[in-house]
Amino acid sequence: MARRSKYPPALIVRTLCAWAVTLLLFFPLGWLVLTAFKTELQAISVPPLLFFKPTFANFVEVQERSDYLLYAKNSVVTSVMSTLLGLAIAAPAAYSMAFFRSKRTKDILMWMLSTKMMPAVGALVPIYVLAQSAGLLDTQLALVIIFTLSNLPIMVWMLYSHFKDIPHEILEAARMDGATLWQEFRRVLLPLAVGGLASTGLLCLVLSWNEAFWSLNLSSAKAGTLATLIASYSSPEGLFWAKLSAASLMAIAPIVVFGWFSQKQLVQGLTFGAVK
Amino acid sequence: MKLKSRVATAAALLVSLCGLSASATELVIATVNNGHMIEMQKLGKNFEQANPDIKLKWVTLEEGVLRQRVTTDIATKGGQFDVMTIGMYETPIWGKKGWLKELKTDAAYDVDDLLPAMRDGLSVDGKLFAAPFYGESSMLMYRKDLTDKAGIKFEGRPTWDQVRDAAAKINDPKNGVYGICLRGKPGWGDNMAFLSTMANSFGAQWFDMKWKPQLESKPWKDAVTFYVDLLTKYGPPGSSANSFNEILALYNEGKCGMWIDATIAASFITDPKQSKVADKVAFAQGPYSVTQKGANWLWAWALAIPAGTKNADAAQKFISWATSKDYINLVGKTNGWAHVPTGTRKSTYANAEFQKAAVFAAAEKAAIDSANPNDSTLPKSPYVGVQFAAIPEFQAIGIAVGQQMSAALAGKTTVDAALKASQAAAEREMTKGGYYK
Repeated sequence: MARRSKYPPALIVRTLCAWAVTLLLFFPLGWLVLTAFKTELQAISVPPLLFFKPTFANFVEVQERSDYLLYAKNSVVTSVMSTLLGLAIAAPAAYSMAFFRSKRTKDILMWMLSTKMMPAVGALVPIYVLAQSAGLLDTQLALVIIFTLSNLPIMVWMLYSHFKDIPHEILEAARMDGATLWQEFRRVLLPLAVGGLASTGLLCLVLSWNEAFWSLNLSSAKAGTLATLIASYSSPEGLFWAKLSAASLMAIAPIVVFGWFSQKQLVQGLTFGAVK
Repeated sequence: MKLKSRVATAAALLVSLCGLSASATELVIATVNNGHMIEMQKLGKNFEQANPDIKLKWVTLEEGVLRQRVTTDIATKGGQFDVMTIGMYETPIWGKKGWLKELKTDAAYDVDDLLPAMRDGLSVDGKLFAAPFYGESSMLMYRKDLTDKAGIKFEGRPTWDQVRDAAAKINDPKNGVYGICLRGKPGWGDNMAFLSTMANSFGAQWFDMKWKPQLESKPWKDAVTFYVDLLTKYGPPGSSANSFNEILALYNEGKCGMWIDATIAASFITDPKQSKVADKVAFAQGPYSVTQKGANWLWAWALAIPAGTKNADAAQKFISWATSKDYINLVGKTNGWAHVPTGTRKSTYANAEFQKAAVFAAAEKAAIDSANPNDSTLPKSPYVGVQFAAIPEFQAIGIAVGQQMSAALAGKTTVDAALKASQAAAEREMTKGGYYK
């Protein structure tokens, strides 16, 4: 009798498919990494070069030409602050919607989500004028406010679905024990929703980090984030692909590393509702 | 005691430094990532040394983003920028609207040294609203080794028929050489910049004297049919996605026999560090069909002062420095004469060192001199501009028409259908703009 293979054909096919999809998804990022280490001539070579002697010259030039640390600092400050501010606003909002539902709760949630469907450029001029009148153009504060506002619908939705999965009885028991609203929220709800809060916070951190439209439009010399650094390396005339790739790599590297290390928490948080 | 006096001295120094930095004017300059601009950024230290009361802050953006960004800022009087890099399209429109400050230059600046075409294109009613930092026209750049082999000679300004015949002879796709490379990527500054000059030379115009779009006229149809036919037969595959940078890569790899595009390309394709065919390139004027009028475009990247700035004097001082003869000399001495910003001053082209370093100098100057933004079409036109019409509605029209032309080139629609749709789009925009009912 023939021994059964350790690797059945179906498993091999599935594994190969998974690898193919992974490579396909990773290809743009992989190509970006390769281009960042090429010379400008190698970057535009036809057909494209796969093997070459890597150079660090593009990274040196990006560092020399731009104040990378300023852009990185602005990215960290604006994304962290907007995430914290967003959580501070979204958590009570989601709490009230999840535990004190009314007939209009669903409508309000849908309306909040619908604001994400509006093209940002439609609100550019009024927001620009508002920021200018308030003296907030090219400030971190303006970006923190706008990032928070643009992420709020998603934050409220995510937290709402996490809160909804928490049994009402636990909160009612706390109330019966004499807990105030604040105590109920802080001591009972929040510890139960840590996973949800973490996943919401992480997602918003990533969204804020990657936001480009508002940072390009509301900042100039002082408050620009890494998204504006990338934009500065594109050129209508000339060779720029290698430098642009190096700038992009320098901009995405911190958030990719952060995502890599926090993926366990992120997945745990995202599946919190499902496994409960 | 010694320590105390040291602390006091250090504190005094700190206070005076703080005072100095507080009193320095910070000039925010918006620019694009083109080689000449990056050089200006590096050499800006010289300006700061000569003007210790002015600090330069650079904001470099992609061209499209820069255009949108400065338009928002200037239209809302945001005041975020003190000096803006703008093009020949925006300058007359914004100057007329009062969004820009008129430039006041002194005798040392020698405003008469500016090339007349550039000065005219950046002025409104004789008043200069932006100073050209570098300028360009378009011209034919070709592989002399290939044309010599095919027994072709280009002199002065060839006709489009001559170019088509040459493309047919040079075309050798089996060996990776295409007869001609031209822009096909949609955009008012992409395929339409080139196609406008081609249409001009076929006797077309964007609008007649009553501002009625003329896109379904015979000259437009002739030009676009010729263009689609030429690129389909002798162009590289995927031409509908090609713009300046894509063709530059192809040309430098030796894959294009001919290329008609911005004169700035000449400095890239003749640079042995960038191009595999640097020593095989020759130049001729942009081709024509029924008229030489408007056969090559005119463009300038120029520096202007938005009306909302609080630092107008410092901005004027900076612009005078960056667009001066002295600046060009500084670049020549620092980086070599092949790398100076061209297309702005007569004195640059008269400079023997520049002539020696830049093999394209004479062809570029001839192209710029031949372009007249006030008279670029065979029939009289109401607009200023060679490859565009300097009216606010043109951007939307140029983008819409560019998409149609790109679709025709890709074979997704016919030339007739593309021109019909373009005419409809142009009429819609012009009606909306109140040019007629």
